[in-house]
Amino acid sequence: MLIVKANADSEAGKMPPLELVQAMGEFNEEMVKAGVLLAAEGLKASSKGAKVKFAPNQKPAVVDGPFAETKELIAGFWLIEVRSKEEAVAWAVRSPMPHGPDRESEIEIRQVFDASDFGADVAANEQALRDEIAKRKR
Amino acid sequence: MTVADTQRGIEAVWRLEAPKLIATLTRLVRDVGLAEDLAQDALVAALEQWPDEGVPRNPGAWLLTTARHRGIDRLRRHALAERKHRELGHDLQALEMEVPDMEGHLDDTGLGDDLLRLIFIACHPVLSPEARVALSLRLLGGLTTDEIARAFLVPEPTIAQRIVRAKKALAAKKIPFEVPRGAELSERLSSVLSVIYLIFNEGYSATTGDDWLRPTLCEDALRLGRIVAELMPDEAEVHGLVALMEVQASRSAARVGPSGEPILLLDQNRARWDPLLIRRGLAALDRADRLGGARGPYVLQAAIAACHARALRAEDTDWARMANLYAMLAHVAPSPIVELNRAVAVGMALGPEAGLAVADSLVEEPSLEGYHRLPSVRGDFLFKLGRRDEARIEFERAAALTRNAAERALLTARADECTRPT
Repeated sequence: MLIVKANADSEAGKMPPLELVQAMGEFNEEMVKAGVLLAAEGLKASSKGAKVKFAPNQKPAVVDGPFAETKELIAGFWLIEVRSKEEAVAWAVRSPMPHGPDRESEIEIRQVFDASDFGADVAANEQALRDEIAKRKR
Repeated sequence: MTVADTQRGIEAVWRLEAPKLIATLTRLVRDVGLAEDLAQDALVAALEQWPDEGVPRNPGAWLLTTARHRGIDRLRRHALAERKHRELGHDLQALEMEVPDMEGHLDDTGLGDDLLRLIFIACHPVLSPEARVALSLRLLGGLTTDEIARAFLVPEPTIAQRIVRAKKALAAKKIPFEVPRGAELSERLSSVLSVIYLIFNEGYSATTGDDWLRPTLCEDALRLGRIVAELMPDEAEVHGLVALMEVQASRSAARVGPSGEPILLLDQNRARWDPLLIRRGLAALDRADRLGGARGPYVLQAAIAACHARALRAEDTDWARMANLYAMLAHVAPSPIVELNRAVAVGMALGPEAGLAVADSLVEEPSLEGYHRLPSVRGDFLFKLGRRDEARIEFERAAALTRNAAERALLTARADECTRPT
């Protein structure tokens, strides 16, 4: 997953300039044509969102946005299917600068777990859990 | 970053460009083998120069320019050595010409055409199916021969030889580098689609342990399918194939049990189906339908897969629709296996008697002799009809025929069930 970090503009809810929207559209199209893009979304400012905080022995606490730590927030993501971290990096490098050419931006690259990462143990646990639930239903 | 990291990074950039690069070079030099060699030369040059100079702003253009220069050098040397100026003159000219479209956008229409031509030549019917698969993965998927060999569990030299022979065959038979037209198109397209589906199934049928590399073949096939779908957006069957693969891939996590045993579709935990891939599959199917392709074999198979995907629980499956789709599939692509699946769907939709009638019509079918699913399906219908003695014989026959231990255990258990008092 290629994650675009937020900045002051995205947090202020400013719409990106037309040229950037176009450049992003072309970049998305290039990834679609290469058969790698699975999903992509832009996220609204954190003022439109909320957080649910969990703490031991406490009820979940709901906190409405906006949130102060702008650089830690995310402004959007691409979900791509590629063979290696290097390939994901190569795509990220090709992205237009996510907040425009006159702003600093950051794209974080993270690998998504798939079933094979969990191995047989988790699958076995899950099976046991399902059997248990099935038993209780009877 | 270590040297190895840098090298992997450069190789990744090269892989992104390789199919387009090889496609453009093939148009220029009219020889897939030479084009691939030149693309490799460009990679070598990149590995030499990029660590110091950095990755160029437009790596695709850099690689093409470099490959062209290497090509010119090679052809000149060749021409001098063999005094074949006239013959090589055209190739040399083509390479020496400026290629302005490469300097601008990487993805303009001309490049797409070259890529499509490369796909059609890699899947050309003069090649054996194995050769088409290997060549497609190599030229279009950017896989090394070693990766292809590991994926197909064959020795590397076998794959290397297969690819070399395939390239020679294409050159010897002077296969033109073009997208087929008219009546030829549908036949050639179906070869392309079957190569992609073959790659997908090779990955999909491998499920466990030592085979960990093989599931990446599903991703390679999906990627190829999505590429062709973008290059030929008006071909319903391409979208049908993509839809079929996306929906099947959505079940990957659910179709293997904790000890690696296969879980049949109707017994799978549907919560583990990947909703994103299902959504993509249904969208591709929708695209195919809007193109009026509702009767092509891949579109129909995708529609059947989608029928399962749309049902939140196995018991919600629209079996009547399913039986109807199988009937249409049997019409456009007749096969005993399709007919057997239709029997199952009919049985679910209309009851065991109707299902058995369809299945019984297959008993004399020679191609199903030795196939465990026919007795297994008939056994199930007979059991439901209360004809337990006959059911037991069918289950026992099926158990003896299957090569899968887990399945044999299941069938033996069902045979035993038939002897128990009701």
